[in-house]
Amino acid sequence: MKLTEEEKQIAVETSRKVSELFDPGKGNLIPILQRVQGELGYVPPEAMEVVAGYLDLPPVEVYGVVTFYNQFRTTPPGKHQVKVCMGTACHVKGGHIILDSWERRLGIKVGETTEDREYSLERVACVGCCTLAPVTLYDEEVIPKITPTKVDGLLFSHQLADKQQKEGNAGEK
Amino acid sequence: MSQQITLTIDGQEITAQPGDKVLWAALANKIYIPHLCAIEENHTPFASCRLCFVEIKGYPSPVTACTETVQPGMAVTTRSPRVDRLVRTGFEMLMTNHRLECNICPANHSCALQRIARERGLSLKPKELPLLERNLPVDDSAPGIIYDPNKCVLCGRCVWVCKTRGAGILGFARRGFDRMVTTFRDAPLAESNCNYCDVCAGVCPVGALTIKCMS
Repeated sequence: MKLTEEEKQIAVETSRKVSELFDPGKGNLIPILQRVQGELGYVPPEAMEVVAGYLDLPPVEVYGVVTFYNQFRTTPPGKHQVKVCMGTACHVKGGHIILDSWERRLGIKVGETTEDREYSLERVACVGCCTLAPVTLYDEEVIPKITPTKVDGLLFSHQLADKQQKEGNAGEK
Repeated sequence: MSQQITLTIDGQEITAQPGDKVLWAALANKIYIPHLCAIEENHTPFASCRLCFVEIKGYPSPVTACTETVQPGMAVTTRSPRVDRLVRTGFEMLMTNHRLECNICPANHSCALQRIARERGLSLKPKELPLLERNLPVDDSAPGIIYDPNKCVLCGRCVWVCKTRGAGILGFARRGFDRMVTTFRDAPLAESNCNYCDVCAGVCPVGALTIKCMS
């Protein structure tokens, strides 16, 4: 997915501001990146370049750190966040099949955001309700014992609800 | 000024400079120890390939020769059932995601993997572990260098030389099975700040980074 010029500008400015709160030591790389993600919600390559410049590191080193840790995301989060549980119980109950069906239905890979910024897809370790495995979190809502058909139904009903809400809003005006 | 150190490797008495690592002392005396990631000039070895194991008298278990500094009177053995087992397993794991196409590979006959297999009587094809084919695209965008990530053994030699002698554009990214040597944003070499100095191709022990033939 592509970032707009405005988003890139914001990313550069924010990461510059955040960087300056820290000493330019190599050890501050992760704290800076965490703060950048805290402000922006993600760490785009534009921000990595600024941070790399501030710490006098090759940008590829920052890229390596960001791609290594699960806590960093490189794309902006979507309006709705889909988190597929890949904990032990969910894995055994076919979590990867669920992840695969989300990927196919949304047309994105895990860690990405759809072109319209509606959905972002993530994998999480354990949500703490293994008896309901396999589980997906749709925003804050826990979807228990999910199946590929349930994924389709869920997406359809949410899209329908969104559409109706939009139409409702238009009608009021 | 500095006093020479005497130690024995496989019963052979050799001398080395204080501070030398066992691996380089052995290689300088024509005693072969398998190795992929070590670079003599790098004084903080990554010890990531896990192939240069040796037994040292008085040590409870085998250690990596690239990280062990020579001591006077040290008795090193390059082969033992424990060492062989570690090397065999480590080598087999490396070979599970190395694309084997020796007959058309530019590194054929100069490949460190072929040498290790020959010296230790190991098979290039993994016998017990399944192959992990990654099918990553080969990058031939640069005018002089070809990068085939499918052959990379993640030794990190190219990353080190690129940082110290080259443009500093190579690095590791991702983790686990997805870990690879790449550039910022995974850009092809031609779109990165690569200056095509090809020091990386010079140190690659396998056929992952090679110099493009003009023919």
